[in-house]
Amino acid sequence: MFHILCPAILAALTALPALAEEVTTFTLPNDLEVVVIEDHRAPVVVQMVWYRAGAADEKPGVSGIAHYLEHLMFKGTDTLAPGEFSRTVEDNGGSDNAFTSWDYTGYFQRIAADRLELVMRMEADRMRNLKLTEDDWQTEREVIIEERNQRTDSDPGAIFGEQRRAAQYLNHPYGTPIIGWRQEMEQLTRQDALDWYQRYYAPNNAILVVAGDVTPEQVRQLAETYYGPLEPSEGIAVRKRPQEPPQLAERRLTYSDPRVSQPYVTRSYLAPERDPGDQTKAAALTILADLLGGDGQTSVLARKLQFDRKLAIYTSAHYDGTSYDDTTFNLVVVPAEGVSLDEAEKAMDEVLAEFLETGVDPAAFARVKTRIHAAMIYAQDDVGGLARRYGEALTTGLTVADVQAWPDVLDAVTEADVIAAATEIFDRRRAVTGWTMRAGEEEVMQ
Amino acid sequence: MIRVLFAACLALAAALPASAVEIREVTSPGGIKAWLVEEHSIPFTALELRFKGGTSLDQPGKRGATILMMGLLEEGAGDLDSQGFAEARDALAAQFSFDARDDAVSISARMLSENRGEAVALLKSALTEPRFDDDAVARVKAQVVSIIQSDEKDPNTIAARSFDGLAFGDHPYGTSRNGTIDSMTALTRDDLIAAHAGVLARDRVYVSAVGDITEAELGALLDDLLGGLPETGAPMPPRTELGLTGGVTVIDFASPQSVVTFGHAGIKRDDPDFFTAYVLNQILGAGGFGSRLMDEVREKRGLTYGIYTYLAPMDLAETWQGGFSSANEKVAEAIEVVRAEWARMVADGVTEAELEAAKTYLTGSYPLRFDGNGPIADILVGMQIEELPTSYVNDRNAYIEAVTLDDIRRVAARLLKPEDLRFVVVGRPVGLEASN
Repeated sequence: MFHILCPAILAALTALPALAEEVTTFTLPNDLEVVVIEDHRAPVVVQMVWYRAGAADEKPGVSGIAHYLEHLMFKGTDTLAPGEFSRTVEDNGGSDNAFTSWDYTGYFQRIAADRLELVMRMEADRMRNLKLTEDDWQTEREVIIEERNQRTDSDPGAIFGEQRRAAQYLNHPYGTPIIGWRQEMEQLTRQDALDWYQRYYAPNNAILVVAGDVTPEQVRQLAETYYGPLEPSEGIAVRKRPQEPPQLAERRLTYSDPRVSQPYVTRSYLAPERDPGDQTKAAALTILADLLGGDGQTSVLARKLQFDRKLAIYTSAHYDGTSYDDTTFNLVVVPAEGVSLDEAEKAMDEVLAEFLETGVDPAAFARVKTRIHAAMIYAQDDVGGLARRYGEALTTGLTVADVQAWPDVLDAVTEADVIAAATEIFDRRRAVTGWTMRAGEEEVMQ
Repeated sequence: MIRVLFAACLALAAALPASAVEIREVTSPGGIKAWLVEEHSIPFTALELRFKGGTSLDQPGKRGATILMMGLLEEGAGDLDSQGFAEARDALAAQFSFDARDDAVSISARMLSENRGEAVALLKSALTEPRFDDDAVARVKAQVVSIIQSDEKDPNTIAARSFDGLAFGDHPYGTSRNGTIDSMTALTRDDLIAAHAGVLARDRVYVSAVGDITEAELGALLDDLLGGLPETGAPMPPRTELGLTGGVTVIDFASPQSVVTFGHAGIKRDDPDFFTAYVLNQILGAGGFGSRLMDEVREKRGLTYGIYTYLAPMDLAETWQGGFSSANEKVAEAIEVVRAEWARMVADGVTEAELEAAKTYLTGSYPLRFDGNGPIADILVGMQIEELPTSYVNDRNAYIEAVTLDDIRRVAARLLKPEDLRFVVVGRPVGLEASN
């Protein structure tokens, strides 16, 4: 079995949090939330600082600023020269990096457990003391434009994905790419970056996750020493982004590009996300995605379209409910040679309709539940992955209790819940359908 | 119930000292050797199998046979068809992955302690009695063909393939493991049976296990799992001479950015200078931020999002390679910077401070790799293939520490040849001439 399109999209259930990890949480007086996950098998520690600020929090006109600032965070402070942060981490055998999403920006270091103090001192320093020189910000703007060239403009799948997403969200800033629209990236300034930094980078807008060979007491002492003195920001309020109006009109997009070799159909439906204390529907959708397209051999789409009707060479369904606002439920069908996109899409819709009518196969449902239990066990082997789950959840509006309840919520999902959730979201008026096509072999979309 | 069990296990783990991994060399009653690390705190085992030879064992005209064969092992075995196999695997919550690389094929398994026996039986059927049913073969072939078609329009793959073709010519290293659409389409069930017999043999298997398993349990497992495989497989392919020359190859591709793969001859893994070259490469281009190329090409000039170099000591040839992408208008300047950095390294070597920083990083980061049952199993099987002793995990940092400034200078002069660098550029570069 080979993954054709999206090797990164694994079965949604592998992203389950585990319940059994030893987790301790506390909050410093300046409102920095701290999560400690213990794993003493190897003398390694991961420090992650997550800010509740992502691309969807940007003002109109400065798209890409959250991600640009993430790059500039490596440019130095009063006490660290540009590049010295990463160099110091590497000099101590560690590695570091950062990432930006719509809902959060995160920074992490992985290092020997006895060097935690060093990275904590530096991470705390740059939370409030960033310095940006003229040279730094202009050169780095070139770098992010090269990043856009590499990740987006060189990849027809990414280009079309950006366009489809913009069509999915009529009003919510989730429709704007994280990297930014090129013409706005080219105009970003040092002041834009500093405005963003000063507003959002503060202990009362951050979550510190420390995972690995460390005790909560050690973390508490170090955090009080280094993060404790930092002043909170006054600009932090509960995030309220522009919300989606009722979506009443189906959107259908086509894209052709000489670089496309394999045509395919995508469909994304607007879908609810995990909410604090209310994760049941998201859990049902998670299981729905697994049943429909989680496994390349046994999922409903694979069975019907790849095995029985032989109309497709690859199918998948994907849903990730960890999101601050409404997210999407995604389907992909890659047609077999000689099968048109129109036929592939119709077949996909027939499968969905049949699924709603006949309901969930009890044996398949039982296998999903088994995998939920196993995922809890396997997740224990990757403490960095656990750290990411907590950071992601806490920056998308969830609580530690929600993270820990998630396996039970999943376990409690019934077959009827899955069908009810599917019936609710599979509404073409809230969906974007995309046809990716070879240049010169365009089909006319109905 | 399960939760209570975990909590107890974790409490036990927390009471253990965090110490280096203890590797044991074990031999099964049937004579199969393996490396074992017992780690009982989480109730599962990571098992890693690697068979040397890999896709380079594809016979002439049968390019793609090994990768197709490996892709079909989970598509029906014994009494189970493709879906039956997947259902059985999921019912046990076991995870199997099958991979095929130039020098080895690998099978990675994660199995819960509670049903390990059944999971092993299932994996054994995939290894020893794959069905290669016609419909499964056709289906997986179509997937590979789609990947081949996509690769033909992917600038990164085009660059890598072109570089490999220049470097290795007719040797298997010179072409895609997937074969061509023609070679893939023409493969028959008999070709798959032949590839299976040639690749999955006991004379080339390396094994490691990490997790909730004892020596006796592992021995029995291995005899059961591998005992039915043939004793010997296909003869190993021959070494190949590098056909690379210095210069620039430009492949036209409509894109705002040019993708560049570059490199020249490298060094064998068992060469006495290997560690010096490894440290040198860390300073030159492997170190991410802090490496010279990242500093010069990205940080100072903003010419790329990322640039890297690596040593590729494969079983049958060695290269020193790198890659980056730059806007079409900038790529010529970036290539000049790379050449200049190559030359500067030969002329001036590295500074004491650079050497120390590289050593601290390499020695400090090494233990961080051993951070889970899966990663440890992977490292251990790789060490066996490289014929390293178990003591290597303790000695390896001493090899790094022993590298001197003089060593670096000598090895830079021996191996780094700016004039030998071949750059394959896929895009519409401005102001850059193909040299030959």
